[in-house]
Amino acid sequence: MADIIEMPKLSDTMTVGTLVKWLKKEGDSVSNGDMLAEVETDKATMELESFFDGTLLKCFVEAGAQVEIGSPLCAIGEKGETVEAPAPKAPAPAENAQPATAAPATPAAAPITPAAITPTPASSPIVPAPASAAPAAAGSSAAGKLRISPLAKKLAAEKGIDPTRVKGSGPGGRIVRADILAAEKNPAAAAQSAGAAAGARPAKPTWAWRSALDKSAIQAPGIAPLSNMRATIAKRLVESKTQFPHFYLEIEVDAAPLGALREQLNAGLGADGVRLSVNDLILKAAALALRAVPAVNASWSDAGIVSHGATHVSFAVAIDDGLITPVIKDTDRKTVFEISAEAKDLAKRAKAKKLAPAEFTGGTFCVSNLGMMGITRFHAIINPPNAAILAVGATVKKPVVVKDQITIGERMVITLSCDHRVVDGALAAQFMNAVKAHLETPALLLV
Amino acid sequence: MPTITYREAVRHALAEEIERDEAVVLLGEEVAQFNGSYKVSEGLLERFGPKRIVDTPISEAGFIGMGVGASMLGLRPVMELMFWSFYSVAFDQILNNAANVRYMSGGQINCPIVIRGPANGGTNVGATHSHTPENVLANHPGVKVVVPATPYDAKGLLKSAIRDNDPVMFLENTLLYGEKGEVPEDEYLIPLGQADIKREGTDLTIVTYGRCVLHSLAAAETLAAEHGLSVEIVDLRSIRPLDIDTVLHSVAKTHRVLIVEEQKPFCSVATQLAYMIQRDAFDELDAPIKRLSTIDAPAIYSPPVEIEQLPNPKRIIAAALDAME
Repeated sequence: MADIIEMPKLSDTMTVGTLVKWLKKEGDSVSNGDMLAEVETDKATMELESFFDGTLLKCFVEAGAQVEIGSPLCAIGEKGETVEAPAPKAPAPAENAQPATAAPATPAAAPITPAAITPTPASSPIVPAPASAAPAAAGSSAAGKLRISPLAKKLAAEKGIDPTRVKGSGPGGRIVRADILAAEKNPAAAAQSAGAAAGARPAKPTWAWRSALDKSAIQAPGIAPLSNMRATIAKRLVESKTQFPHFYLEIEVDAAPLGALREQLNAGLGADGVRLSVNDLILKAAALALRAVPAVNASWSDAGIVSHGATHVSFAVAIDDGLITPVIKDTDRKTVFEISAEAKDLAKRAKAKKLAPAEFTGGTFCVSNLGMMGITRFHAIINPPNAAILAVGATVKKPVVVKDQITIGERMVITLSCDHRVVDGALAAQFMNAVKAHLETPALLLV
Repeated sequence: MPTITYREAVRHALAEEIERDEAVVLLGEEVAQFNGSYKVSEGLLERFGPKRIVDTPISEAGFIGMGVGASMLGLRPVMELMFWSFYSVAFDQILNNAANVRYMSGGQINCPIVIRGPANGGTNVGATHSHTPENVLANHPGVKVVVPATPYDAKGLLKSAIRDNDPVMFLENTLLYGEKGEVPEDEYLIPLGQADIKREGTDLTIVTYGRCVLHSLAAAETLAAEHGLSVEIVDLRSIRPLDIDTVLHSVAKTHRVLIVEEQKPFCSVATQLAYMIQRDAFDELDAPIKRLSTIDAPAIYSPPVEIEQLPNPKRIIAAALDAME
């Protein structure tokens, strides 16, 4: 008797998931632990794992289809068994939908008649790709030099595939487009390499000079269908900007001590793998300021102001086609080194769309930093249900007045966007002064 | 649609323009009484008389210079070279005078001259009669260079060339004069600087022009039938102005390029194309740009060897397979 795999609920806000790609096809034999498909939710792309042994008998949906929670995706059973497409079901209750809660309890044997199908919780949990997938044999780097066609290089970057793990089939082992497309179909290798590539450096804008003489169209006109992530970003930010009465406070921070501390720590502890970013220090400073002014660590609700007992600071990470805000739990209680390591890991996996829902939900405050991209100041939109978001600009050298003398200083502008229903101006000013004090006395961040 | 030869297509374009505009005249060696060395101008003397169809002495420097002067004074002369190989006798007239006069007069003097004739190898006429100077001509700002491959293109482009206010170098091919193709009876023009996709494909772009278009089309048939390759053929038609956009769009589609030219390889048209393709479509390339040119030697007199010196379908197939590696 075949087992029916359904679309599980993978995040609090998920109502439908997109079946991005089948990793197995009908007739393939499937073992417990095999990845069946990639599923994109409103937050992340994850892999659907099989907890059954048998043969993939039938795929009920095609790649690209949007599938409601609880609707059947495929059937696994004995080779030769016939199955009919069951009717879609109502969404499974939320408590049945905790992702990755493993415990593959023996699912109730489901008869194939649609009426008799019972919910089989945990029968199809989606888990992030194993982080220790075996790397594909690298065949294209002779003497450390990677041979790859320009197109293949671009494709690899777009798809988050680490080309050093791809074997080239072109002359002299050159990696060509077909090799990248093949690597994409091998998700284990691709997933791991994606992480490796993504963590390498902060996102940079991908643009290039284009000659004014180039009269070709700037791009193909048309409408791209909304990804789940794009639709969620749109929905939540329109909700925020239309329903949350925003106001903005800006303060200039003397960033010289912060930069000096960071240099000292990175130089002194670099051998131990410490590589602090300015943002790591800001996350810690924000968390400590929330401790000092806890009224900012709150949310609006119709029932009243919700005060949060812990500081969970999230930070915005640009990823393909959007952004996501991974959360560092109990930020104030962690050392900057712990924060740094955790932030790097979260950002890396965010770019590979491999975050578990718990890792990007539950934040109580958010930091958005465009300083590394040269933006000097900006106003962010509050990430619901937070009451405020801190926008961080670049550190710039500029003339400043110190003791009535003009001298060269290093300055950073930080801007707080506040929900005025929760946070008033004077309160927000206290918070900003607390952030500034911590950043300008950065030894406090090490306590 | 009537099927006519390339030779007739050129003749029709000349006749229509001579009839349409009294400033248009045809001059050259043997164009009038002998009906043209390749019979392109057959019947034109009879039809338009000796004031419009004029035989010249065998002196390219002299009669091309006369044509350049006439064009500066308001005529639209079409000058026939028996072989483009002898353009070098009139190098100063063409590339020093005609090319520069509009610029040097501050735009006060135009030079609406067309210089046309065959420029090709493959006819066993020896090294001094087999030059293909489109690269040398196109190297000079101020001139336009056109190399049509089909009767349809030859007629539409020649009419545009005659109406153009700048000097246009129109390179024909003795081996194409007898090629037939469909040409509409109604008047049409093909703008200079517009390439044409002669065959659509997805695996490899062959950028070419002139007679190599026909060779490439033949090669593409074999590549499809025997190697399962889908080849797209971009016929440049104009070397200058150059329609690089069409080339780049095709490269973005197939990601691999072979340039085929009846040109000596050093500083050739393909050299310029390869530079522009890598500059503007580097990230679209899945393999190095390949090219197939004439083998780098004076035109070889031995007929069987000359065939192998020039691009031919067999060499194009080999080069295409190399580009697909």
